[in-house]
Amino acid sequence: MKTPKETAHAQTKHVDVAIIGGGPAGLAAAIQLYQNGIHNIIIIEREKQLGGILRQCIHDGFGLTRFSEMLSGPEYAQAFIDQVETLGVPYLVNASVVHFSPEKHLTVVTPSGLQTWDAKAVILTTGCRERTRGALGIPGDRPVGVFTAGVAQAYINLYNRMPAKEVVILGSGDIGLIMARRLTLEGAHVQAIFEIQPYPNGLPRNIQQCANDYHIPLYLNHTVTQIHGRNRLTGVTVSQVDKDRQPIAGTDKFYPCDTLILSVGLIPENELSREAGVALDPRTNGPVVNEFYQTSLDGVFVSGNVLQVHDLVDYVSLEAERMAGNVTAYLHKGALPESSIRIVAKNSIGYTVPQRISGQSDFLLSLRVSRPLTDCRISVCQDGKEIAFRKLKKAIPAQLIQLTVSTDKLSSGHDLEVSAHEN
Amino acid sequence: MKQLYDVIIIGGGVIGSAIARELSRYQLKICVLEKNLDVCYETSGRNSGVVHAGFAYDVGSLKAKLCVEGNRHMGVLAEELGFPFRRCGKILVGSTPEDRTSLESTLAQGMANGVSDLVFVDKERIRQLVPDVQGEFGLYSPSSGIVDPFLYTIAFAENASANGVEYFFNHEVTAISLNADQTYLVTTTKGTFYSRWIVNSSGLSCGKISDMLGITGYTVVGSKGDYIILDKRVGAMLPMPIYPVPNNFTMGIHLTNTIDGNVLVGPSGGTTMDMGDYSVPGDNIEHLSTCASRLWPHIQKKDYIRNYSGLLAKRLDENGVIQDFKIEIRDDIAPHAINLVGIESPGLTAAYAIARYAIALMREREKLEPNTSFNPIHRFPIRLRDLPLKEQAELIRENPDYGEVICRCEQVTKAEVLQAIHNPLGVHCVTGIKYRTRAMMGRCQGGYCQMRLTQIIEKETGEQATDLRYARADSQVFFGKVRQEAE
Repeated sequence: MKTPKETAHAQTKHVDVAIIGGGPAGLAAAIQLYQNGIHNIIIIEREKQLGGILRQCIHDGFGLTRFSEMLSGPEYAQAFIDQVETLGVPYLVNASVVHFSPEKHLTVVTPSGLQTWDAKAVILTTGCRERTRGALGIPGDRPVGVFTAGVAQAYINLYNRMPAKEVVILGSGDIGLIMARRLTLEGAHVQAIFEIQPYPNGLPRNIQQCANDYHIPLYLNHTVTQIHGRNRLTGVTVSQVDKDRQPIAGTDKFYPCDTLILSVGLIPENELSREAGVALDPRTNGPVVNEFYQTSLDGVFVSGNVLQVHDLVDYVSLEAERMAGNVTAYLHKGALPESSIRIVAKNSIGYTVPQRISGQSDFLLSLRVSRPLTDCRISVCQDGKEIAFRKLKKAIPAQLIQLTVSTDKLSSGHDLEVSAHEN
Repeated sequence: MKQLYDVIIIGGGVIGSAIARELSRYQLKICVLEKNLDVCYETSGRNSGVVHAGFAYDVGSLKAKLCVEGNRHMGVLAEELGFPFRRCGKILVGSTPEDRTSLESTLAQGMANGVSDLVFVDKERIRQLVPDVQGEFGLYSPSSGIVDPFLYTIAFAENASANGVEYFFNHEVTAISLNADQTYLVTTTKGTFYSRWIVNSSGLSCGKISDMLGITGYTVVGSKGDYIILDKRVGAMLPMPIYPVPNNFTMGIHLTNTIDGNVLVGPSGGTTMDMGDYSVPGDNIEHLSTCASRLWPHIQKKDYIRNYSGLLAKRLDENGVIQDFKIEIRDDIAPHAINLVGIESPGLTAAYAIARYAIALMREREKLEPNTSFNPIHRFPIRLRDLPLKEQAELIRENPDYGEVICRCEQVTKAEVLQAIHNPLGVHCVTGIKYRTRAMMGRCQGGYCQMRLTQIIEKETGEQATDLRYARADSQVFFGKVRQEAE
């Protein structure tokens, strides 16, 4: 028999910072905070190990920017995990945050019990998820054999299960390209990669190393228009698309295959942010932040793929470290400067992060162009005057572009406008 | 060894399983032959999940009578069987004078069918019932509701099983013959069975099985309906289903809230003779969104999480007019065979009433002895997410598997997955676990949990990786292992 006292759930624990998600962003943020002297923190990770999605990214190409050496995903993650262990940064694994309130109160489900945490600041580093077939609404039957690239990657690299033999890949995102190579190396036959856009969505180096080097054709302006098979996938119909991305009649071609891999975009995982009432940007699907990476909720910070989808993990770590500096300042001062200057994305700019600034400190502006550009100048202007720029020989939506904006050039509290122009 | 059943039920959908459960009240040896790997893989699992009131059917029809009866009994049934049911009401909305006339006749028909609580509501009232609904007036049916169609069917089946009914999955009936001793020989893809009684509750195959019984001449077509499932983000904005004014053929494209907080948009489709065609054409997805947006303004592509298609078996006359349910015993052709043909909507609502009606026909011909050990109660495994925090903490303390979240979107824990795998019907395919737990049904569509699910299923069942099936018999998930080293 339990006494009533025993059945009441454990006492709420108090921390300065709760970090939700122990992937690359969460780990980098935790280490930086710890090194800044903020020790009363907790990393809350739902998987059995720290490291996040890097654990399944066994290919190399990580760390060139951050560590100046080429690492695999698990190696890159381990470098941070080792530091967490050495420093003694507290963390929980196998712990899922199921509720997050605007008062920074967390409910966490773990096999050792239900826990509640109160934090002075909360860092959301929850990463992103993959866009699915259902979200795209690809017509046709619904057999097994349609997998997102990340699911196929997890099956092969983590779960030792081969889900594919004859493969077609839709979408030229980086994970799709990586999986084209991975599946080929594991004995599957990858027939082709189809991309609906007139330009590839992955990094040029992945197109070379994962598709071209293995003689896997990449067709632009093509999409899957029908899925066939009532049990296991038997094939897909692929069509060419016009400039409005609509299928062109008469261009249908049937590709027999047992597997369709989807690499059609990543969606920042903001279910907890939404529950707490964090304002989201429909362009990034991530929170609206200021230059301190603070969201619309006081004391709630974000970085990494939950904020904007990055193309390199190195940028995720660096962003998280910058954010951690601001979280440190927030804890010391109790508040950060108000950010009333908006950053407006204009001509050929898809989005910017941050979306607002205080105007009191220099900041790194991240952005993506909305279409491929050559020989272009990206300008940040205030009151019609250019205050920062970056010249690029080539700019593609697949590449995250960053530039530092120095605030001593600001002349007013008016909006900043960011635009791109080809010469 | 020849085993003689008292009753063989062909088809383990909601009707077959309701009949199985209701027949298990009597001292009978019963089995269900199901061609799929689980129950509710066809019509019973692929619909709107709406519990109808009974106003939409011709006065005096079986559809009207059994729907009203089924609706009235749904609350008691949900209590007994433990499936989720909510009597949330529904509204039919209209805008034009023609719509008004049509709704007035619907109201009159409803009254004649015994649906006495229908009320005409003005624009202000419909907006109170469902904010943002587009329409000038409506017909409000407070006794309509929603169920989880999967758990509803599974509850009938699992309760039947607990009361002694045997389920044989992956057993497709290929022939039926009547022996000289008046018993039936039923041939399936997995062996032969003998029985004194046959129930044809085979849904989409009802015409085929009826023919096998020798009761020929029925025209049965598939009525196909496609649906879009929307994210739970918009679910809170739709407290009850909203329908357009019905025409003579269909209920129209409607919006339905689900038990779990999603929104269904549909159905739109047509007629087919291909009873296995669950494909969704791209044009229909567009069409659904366009039509339903006239009723409700919150349909956005970014909230699409999945689409699906369902088929209903409609019985037609020689002029192609849709006919009433046919529930019969043809003593002249197939004695001791209960033949159910054209059980379409409102079959889900009426399942219990249909079962009682069918059994009444049987009891006119045979005295049934009560099964004194019949237990009407069925309980599904407890779901962590359904409990208040304090009880969650207690549950996790008692069983730490409740503290391991496997599906993050729907918050399904390992304890729930394990209990689903060890379900009374012994279903092991991936969708069998999906339908029981809702793992993989959320916005990431299994992106996070499907690897965990398949791993747990393999471990618990001891199946080889290559034996794992997704939904149907030929839906192999894996072609083998990648590496041969120890895992």
